[in-house]
Parts: sequence; C-alpha cells; structure tokens
Amino acid sequence: MSNGQNDTGRREMTGAEMVVQALKDNGVKHIFGYPGGAVLPIYDEIFQQDDVEHILVRHEQGAGHAAEGYARSTGKAGVMLVTSGPGATNAVTPLQDALMDSIPLVCITGQVPTTLIGSDAFQECDTVGITRPCTKHNWLVKDVNDLAKTLHEAFHVATTGRPGPVVVDIPKDVQFARGVYTPPQTAPRTSYHPQVQGDLDRVKEAVALLANAKRPIIYSGGGVINSGQEASELLRELVELSGFPITSTLMGLGAYPASGKNWLGMLGMHGTYEANMAMHDCDVMLCIGARFDDRITGRLDAFSPGSKKIHIDIDPSSINKNVRVDIPIIGDVGHVLEDLVRLWRATVKADKKALYPWWEQIAKWRARDSLAFKTNDEVIMPQYAIQRLYELTKHRDPFITTEVGQHQMWAAQHFHFEKPHHWMTSGGLGTMGYGLPAALGVQIAHRDALVIDIAGDASIQMCIQEMSAAVQFDAPIKIFILNNQYMGMVRQWQQLLHGNRLSHSYTEAMPDFVKLAEAYGAHGIRCDKPANLDDAINEMISVKKPVIFDCRVATLANCFPMIPSGKAHNEMLLPDEATDEAVANAIDAKGRELV
Amino acid sequence: MNAQLQATGSAYFISKETQRPEIHTLSVLVDNEPGVLARVIGLFSGRGYNIESLTVSETEHEKHLSRITIVTRGTQHVLDQIKHQLERIVPVHRVIDLTVRAGELGQDRPLERELALVKVAGTGDARVEALRLADAFRASVIDANTEHFIFEITGKVSKIEQFIAIMKPLGLVEVCRTGVAAMNRGPQGM
Ligand SMILES: Cc1cc2nc3c(=O)[nH]c(=O)nc-3n(C[C@H](O)[C@H](O)[C@H](O)COP(=O)(O)OP(=O)(O)OC[C@H]3O[C@@H](n4cnc5c(N)ncnc54)[C@H](O)[C@@H]3O)c2cc1C
Ligand SMILES: Cc1ncc(C[n+]2csc(CCOP(=O)(O)OP(=O)(O)O)c2C)c(N)n1
Repeated sequence: MSNGQNDTGRREMTGAEMVVQALKDNGVKHIFGYPGGAVLPIYDEIFQQDDVEHILVRHEQGAGHAAEGYARSTGKAGVMLVTSGPGATNAVTPLQDALMDSIPLVCITGQVPTTLIGSDAFQECDTVGITRPCTKHNWLVKDVNDLAKTLHEAFHVATTGRPGPVVVDIPKDVQFARGVYTPPQTAPRTSYHPQVQGDLDRVKEAVALLANAKRPIIYSGGGVINSGQEASELLRELVELSGFPITSTLMGLGAYPASGKNWLGMLGMHGTYEANMAMHDCDVMLCIGARFDDRITGRLDAFSPGSKKIHIDIDPSSINKNVRVDIPIIGDVGHVLEDLVRLWRATVKADKKALYPWWEQIAKWRARDSLAFKTNDEVIMPQYAIQRLYELTKHRDPFITTEVGQHQMWAAQHFHFEKPHHWMTSGGLGTMGYGLPAALGVQIAHRDALVIDIAGDASIQMCIQEMSAAVQFDAPIKIFILNNQYMGMVRQWQQLLHGNRLSHSYTEAMPDFVKLAEAYGAHGIRCDKPANLDDAINEMISVKKPVIFDCRVATLANCFPMIPSGKAHNEMLLPDEATDEAVANAIDAKGRELV
Repeated sequence: MNAQLQATGSAYFISKETQRPEIHTLSVLVDNEPGVLARVIGLFSGRGYNIESLTVSETEHEKHLSRITIVTRGTQHVLDQIKHQLERIVPVHRVIDLTVRAGELGQDRPLERELALVKVAGTGDARVEALRLADAFRASVIDANTEHFIFEITGKVSKIEQFIAIMKPLGLVEVCRTGVAAMNRGPQGM
C-alpha cells in the first residue's frame, strides 16, 4: 500500500481492509465467524493475510460464545464476525450473555448497503436497534472515514470500565469504499471515562471498619476476574493479612484458591451452608466486584441483616441496586485493593486471635458438610463424577466450561479452582448451549491446555454443531456430559413448585452420544459404572481429539444445598434434610412467583 | 408512558418499597448522534421506569451536544438508579437531577416551563369566552378564522393543564405540547 502512507499511520484503503487492519492494531489474533453476502468483502481480506486467524463456527451463536470463552480465559476482547440479518439476529443471545456477565466482546456485523437501509432489503434487519439493549454500546458506520475510529473505540469501550459486548454494523458499500485509516487514537471520546481509582477517604473508612470487625466476611465476584491477574493476587494478599474468611459468587471462582484455608466455598442459592450462614451472621461484609444478584441474596429483607457493608465496584449502578451498602467504593478492584492492602499494612495491627470465636462458629457450620451426598456402587452419582473428574485432571490445570443446569452447579461445588480465568460459565443469562462453543474458544486461545465442558444432556444439544468446528480446527475439547436423561434443573423446580408434575422435562429420543461423536469425527466414550469411571476419564484425557463423554448418572439426583426461592440464607435446604416432603413444601406461595 | 410505579430491580423485591415516589426533573447532556434518544428511552422502558415528560434538542451546535429533559417519577432509590443507569450510556456526558439541585440551592423546584398549542373551534358565546380566558392566561392567538383559534401558551405544567381543562367545554379540538424545559435558578450552569 504505497499511496498516502505517512508516519502517523494514516493510510488510504478500503473499509474491508480497515476492518482487518484495525483487528491487527488492536492485538487480535483470532476471530470467530460465519460468512454471508454482507460481509464478503471482509472475508476476502481475511483470506489474503495470515496475522488474524479466522475460526469458522457452525452457527453464529457458537461464534459469540466461543469469543466469550476466548475472552474470559485470556482477559482480552473476544471478536466475532457475522453477516447481516439472520447472522446478526443469531448473535443476540451471546451478546446478552456477555452483557450480563461483563465479558468484553466485539461483534462485527455486515449490513445491507447504505442506499438500501430501510427498504426491507434482502437479509436486512435493524441490527443496531435489535442489539441496543443487549450491548454496552453499538454503532452503524455509514461513512468509511469514520470506520477506523469507530472500530478502535469499540475495542476501547468493550475492554475498559465494566467490560461488555459492542456491535459495529458495517454496510456493504462502506466495506468497498476507500477512505483514510487512522491508527488507534490516544484521546477517546469525552463522554466515556470509567473511574478506576477509588476514593481514598472511603478506602480509609473501609479499612477502619474492617480492622475492628469481629465477624467479617469477604464476598468476591466476577469483577475480580475482570480486573485481571493482579487483582486476584491482591485479594489473596488481603485474605492472608487479615485472616478473614472468604466466599465467592459463581462468577468469581478461582480468584481465591479453593485450597486456601480461608475458603468457604461458593455462596448463594446452591452455595455452601458455611458461606451462606457466615454471610447471614457477619458484622462486616466486604463485597469485591460482585453485584448482589438475587441468586446470592435470597430474600432481600432478611439478607445479612446485622452487617455493615462495603462494596467495591467499577459501575456506580451496581451500588445500592439491590442491597443498600454503608461504604461504597467506586473503582477498579485491582486499583482499590492496592490502596486497601497498602493502608492495611500501614495502619492495622492484625489481631487474628480476635477472630477465633468467628472461625469456631464457621467450623461448626462447616461440620454440617453441606455438599455431602450418598455414593452408590451401582450408579454414578453426578457429584461423584465431578469429584473424579477433578481428581484425575487437576494436575493438568484444566480450563472448565459448563452448560446450564444441575451439572453447572455440581461443577461449581465439586470442582475446585486454584486460578482465575480457568472457569467459564454463563451466570447471569444462564444460556444453555454456552459451554461447548466456549470450550472451543478457550482451546483456540490455549492450544495445549486441557479444556473440558461439563455438560448436561439437554444443554449440549443446543450448540452441538460446534463439534464440527472443533474437529476442523484440531481443538481437542472434552465434552463431559452428566447424562441424567432429564432437564434436571427444570425437573428439580417442578418437584419444588409444581407437585412433581414433570411437564416436558424428560428427554425422549436421546441421541446416541458416542455415535454422534463418531459422526463428527470425534471420539465417543460411554460410562455407566462407578468402577469404570476413572479409566474412562483417563481415556478421555489421553485422546488427542475432541471427545464426547456420555457419563450416565443417577437420573433423579437433585442439587443441594439450596436456598429455596423467597427464603433467607439461614433457611437453606440441606441434602440430608431434603426429603420428598421437605422438597414439596420448601417454597411458599410468594416464592412461587420468583424465578 | 406511565408504565408502572413499582420499583424494578431484583426479582426478590417482594417487600414493598417503603419510600414514597417523588417526581423529579433530570437534565441529561448527550452527544447528538444517531440513536442516542432511542438509548435513553429504551433504558426507561426496558427497566420499567416512568417518563412523564421528555424534551430534546441540540443546545450546543459546535460540540454537537443535546440536552434531554426528562420528568420522571420514582422513589429516591429508583431515582438514584435512573441517574446511574443513564450515566452508563456511552454518549451521555452528564446527568443532573435538577430537583435535587434545587433543594441544595434552598429552592423548592427547578424552573420548569412548557409550551402548548391549543386549537379551539366554536362560534357565539363559547368563542367569546375562549378568547377572554386566553387573555387571562396570557395565551396568544397565533391563528384564527371565524370558526377557530389556535392559542400559544407557555408556563408551568399546572397552568397549561388548567388552561386545557377550561377550553374543553368551549370547543377544544386538539392540543400539542412540547414537554417540559427546565433549569435551575441562579448563575451556575449544569
Ligand atoms: C442455574 C443457575 C444457578 C445459579 N446459582 C448461583 C449460586 O448459587 N451462587 C452464585 O453465586 N451464583 C449463581 N448463579 C449465577 C448468578 O445468576 C450470577 O450470574 C452471579 O451470582 C453474579 O456474579 P457476580 O455478583 O460476581 O457478578 P458479575 O456478573 O460477575 O458482575 C461483576 C460485578 O463486578 C463489577 N466489575 C466488573 N469489572 C470490575 C472491575 N474491573 N473492578 C470493579 N468492579 C468490576 C461489575 O460492575 C459487576 O457489578 C447461578 C446461575 C445459574 C444459571
Ligand atoms: C436457552 C435456555 N433455554 C431454557 C433454559 C431453562 N433451563 C435451565 S436449566 C434447564 C435444563 C438443563 O438440562 P440439562 O442440560 O440436561 O442439565 P441438568 O440440569 O440435567 O444437569 C433448562 C431447560 C435455559 N437456561 N436456557
């Protein structure tokens, strides 16, 4: 490209060339996509270069979740490329998923030419209109000279502040048009300036409150993962310094190691008894990058009634949204924790003895052993399957993705995470079909890692087509299906709420997953005996291809402990108390309205 | 557009909000770019907030800034959420709760004015009465023939409501209102 290049990086080129150039300039190595008429010029440019590798999925939803898995496991933006109309509408689910879970996702969509917009042209849809509520921001680029700037801004918005999905919609004529490319700018738009540094006075107040706590707890969340590796390290340092117990949401698992001695396990609806009881009875709660989701709080008016609450969050709208807090600190977890740890070191003489009574109380709750389950020699209990999977793979530092349902909760309870960025799950939207493509995305980013999708037999059928992409791109992902023949989580709720009338939650005509794996050119394994499980899992790990593992588990197991809808933390349903009758009566009329 | 009064938020908000809903006027400074109004309105409908009145116009042409004035209703908790949710929108520069600001300045309310065009048709006594009342309300006649008047009236919302109510039996045909324009008293800007 000789014409007009100068030392500021401004160059003349086509819109399609700009797209690829902007990807390179923003450090993108892989994108996930699916072609179509409205993005053919971009695909033509992709064809003519090697810097950005394109992963061809089999459905645009798969592209989105793959990009999410890629993003969550690397901390970088995930990128997807889809065509107009149906390509864009198929992207909506992963966009909303990424919005709910704060995942940086850049989605580039083709659009009909500007001259045809609004004419109901072939494969036209109002992409910016449809995706407005499910993106952090979106753009329709009508002038090729705005394209480079917009793409750079898109990466900036997606990855900074509270991360999220963005869409850049590019009409086909803009892709062909020539214009001036400008490199990523240093001065982003003036209206967008997330606050990363916390207010130091507030941090001081927080330290003072924490230092005098008798029954403190740290409740950390996905924001710690979003903030990056250093945030997790600072979190570990704070726990070490203070001697406080720590629990985490589903989204924050791995930020503090599950092997750490202060770890109470996950909290919330399917969290441990000790975590929820400690939340309920604490006197000071330090919430770090979590959003008081309804899966966490249970009945709001009974949520941790006696505690002072400190909340660190980068998004002011997360503060006081569901739960009113005493000391809000707006800022990035990493930055705020740096201040907090420094001030703690300088001002607090930790009196860990003062916490002994609290730890004794926690030990009593722990002794309830709320994750216990009865093992069985004949059938594989789903919890046992996860335990074995964990024991046999932990030395490989695996990346785990999940689908949505009971298996997801059992994975969260019984697989233990030592590091951040190794656990990808759809928490906020709860998207069945997330796990398989997410695993593909993770594997593309970490070629030699062991990547396992812990799946349910119903969820896995929602994006099963991506097996084909996994085979094509030599991504040896392992799909570990806890096959209970039911939509187990739905069945569990029908038991709780609807008199055990199992309306449409049983899957008849289940495919033969082993044959299905083989049909895709992958490897299939079936196991239905506890005694054979270890060997089968070892086989799965050793196979260098994608594997579908059909793990036949007890069909009617339920996921406990559980805070039934509309109940408080100290009203948990524990596994040993969950008789059929207790289950049938656990939720009252008010609770039935809730989700 | 008064969708609902109940605070949205957590599915677990089964306990009634204890605070009373209040009416507040917000000023929102935004980049005047395509779709920005849709973002603001979509936020209100998507999250179940109320819009009682909405006006928008570009106010600083060189910087392409528009000022959106929204009158909304909610408990203090909901109003805080509305402000923070608006601030998340990328092209939004600033959100000022004029009602809160007025309180801080020791004033009752911000200055709020609305303009309305009111068409009244009729003959005889009703016609005379309409004109007399318009005069009393300082509404001006901007179009008329022997069978109708169009009045232009500006003022507080309550005054306009009252004027319209009075015109109803006198042959009110149609009304067009701008929605509320508002700012705080005193020398400072928003
Ligand atoms: C079937 C099912 C059951 C579930 N059961 C449970 C359960 O039992 N327990 C549970 O915990 N979850 C459960 N979930 C998940 C739940 O729905 C929520 O997704 C989850 O609890 C939210 O996690 P979080 O609070 O960490 O927030 P996230 O969604 O991860 O949000 C992160 C928060 O941190 C903030 N943030 C982001 N980046 C930064 C930064 N750099 N600095 C500071 N702040 C930042 C954001 O503004 C946001 O407020 C379940 C989901 C499903 C599908
Ligand atoms: C796309 C989508 N549709 C519906 C649901 C509602 N839903 C939640 S869990 C579940 C059943 C999941 O069944 P399965 O994948 O077999 O997992 P299990 O609960 O049996 O472990 C359903 C239908 C959902 N979360 N996502």
